[in-house]
Amino acid sequence: MTRVGFVLANLFRRKTRGTLTLLSVVSAFLLFGLLQAVHVLFNAGVDFVGAARIVTQARVSFTSSLPLRLLPEIAAIPGVSQVMHETWFGGVWQTNTPLTTFATVPEQLHAVYPEWVMPEAQWRAFAATRTGIIVGRQVAAQFGWKVGQKIPLASNIYPRRDGSKAWAFDLVGIFDGKDDNWQRQTTQEFINYGYFDEENQFGRGNVNIYVEKLSPSADPAAVARTIDARFENSADETKTQTERAFNVGFVKQIGDIGLIVRWILSAVFFTLLLVVGNTMAQSVRERIPELAVLKTLGFTDASVLGFVIAEAAAFCLIGGLIGLGLATGVGALVERKLGGFLPIQVDVGVWATGIAAMLAMSLAVGILPALRAKRLNIVDALAGR
Amino acid sequence: MVQVRDVTKVYVRGSQRVEVLHGISLDIPRGDFVALMGPSGSGKTTLLNLIGGLDQPTSGELVVAGRRIDQLSGNALAHWRSENVGFIFQFYNLMPVLTAADNIELPLLLTRLPAAQRRRNVEIVLEIVGLADRARHRPNELSGGQEQRVAIARAIVSDPQILVCDEPTGDLDRTTADEILKLLQTLNRDHGKTIVMVTHDPKAAEYAARTVHLDKGLLA
Repeated sequence: MTRVGFVLANLFRRKTRGTLTLLSVVSAFLLFGLLQAVHVLFNAGVDFVGAARIVTQARVSFTSSLPLRLLPEIAAIPGVSQVMHETWFGGVWQTNTPLTTFATVPEQLHAVYPEWVMPEAQWRAFAATRTGIIVGRQVAAQFGWKVGQKIPLASNIYPRRDGSKAWAFDLVGIFDGKDDNWQRQTTQEFINYGYFDEENQFGRGNVNIYVEKLSPSADPAAVARTIDARFENSADETKTQTERAFNVGFVKQIGDIGLIVRWILSAVFFTLLLVVGNTMAQSVRERIPELAVLKTLGFTDASVLGFVIAEAAAFCLIGGLIGLGLATGVGALVERKLGGFLPIQVDVGVWATGIAAMLAMSLAVGILPALRAKRLNIVDALAGR
Repeated sequence: MVQVRDVTKVYVRGSQRVEVLHGISLDIPRGDFVALMGPSGSGKTTLLNLIGGLDQPTSGELVVAGRRIDQLSGNALAHWRSENVGFIFQFYNLMPVLTAADNIELPLLLTRLPAAQRRRNVEIVLEIVGLADRARHRPNELSGGQEQRVAIARAIVSDPQILVCDEPTGDLDRTTADEILKLLQTLNRDHGKTIVMVTHDPKAAEYAARTVHLDKGLLA
């Protein structure tokens, strides 16, 4: 037996209580790992390294539109090889199934996103059919849609010129992704911008974003700076960033993610402090005579204090490491499921923060019971006083 | 082995000041087996605690195993206890989460002995107390007599010079108590351990080489 063995033996002296406490630590750190990864993702600076495409939106918000006339100016900027634009259409299928539909120019989409794979005939049909719509493989499978079918969609944002919310599209193509990552993102649809712009009641000649495909030798950060500088102090100031940063901004619409994460984590850890703290306090209270025996045998006050802190640390570290391990797996799974749209990575930084949190928590939950154990008077404790 | 010189012990409980020992002096030579007897509240357990270094006298001198233990600080006293004294309690006070062997090994964690040597020492004392076949059993799987044997093994595993026993047979039936007392006699006679034992039981005291009586904090 070793001192570590002695500490571990004491963890599960009451199996149900020990297991439940450990599970609460595991759950807390699973949540911590995932939320911290989200927090890091949402607070990371824009990293242009290796970007093949960049996204330009209105400086204020991507919900503000940019005029279509910027396209030739952006296309002329050195380093930009292709440009496309996208406008959020949304759309509702049947009564209340919201869709992720964008209006764009078929040829531009094909050129800028070679990752979307579809028979050339269908690309041509999309370009030639003003009311055409192409849908991702997953969407088609979900609703059982087939090429040639009429797809009626409602739009709460864009009424048609006649005031009707009902739009009708002809399904001319079903696209897939070129690899696993892209195949997992086939959850969206594209409609023809020409038809959309002509038919919608307001905001003609405007788009939400421009997507620039860069030439291989281009410096993404420099191109982004050039684009933004080009429209600086104009009525249409822009903000150009990587696709990933844009995606993050898209999700950020739901609120201040950082604040939400901080509040949830505070609540989780406060509860955890109470749970583990209570377990440790109970455990020490039940063992007063045993702790007194340890001191009788010659273990010093500091050793006894160390044993109790070590028990708290064992709870926090064992549970925390399992929790972070699970978070790493779940994060990877979510990232895979989203096809890289939101890279939730429980990386080294999250692990380091997590381990620091485990150590801080060990001290926080262990220190009071440990001090009580340290101050035990042997004679009183053995006499049950 | 033990020299108690004019020792007093006063406990303060709230506003109450209780003098338990009133200037006791006592000598216990090496290899002695002494039974401390007396009515409840006579101060015998207090005296035992002082001899074992679990408590400090209010005044007087206390020399045990060649050290003035009344002058030792908390940590030094803990270290001294680990090297010189083995403790045997009425209710055994074993760690319920540990096996018999692990309970016995516990005091050896305070030494620099390697794990293999610690295990060897545990096997030896398990043989001495007749529990070699119970090494992997937890306390709740042992009888009272077996638990006390494990406690005795724990007390002697680090080879202390003196054993202090507080009512070691108080929780046992007569037959088992006699076995335990014979074991203590063997440790005293064959292994040279100095034993100081508190007991209420005159039959238990008969196993000791001599009996010291206390009454109201004084030697009778």
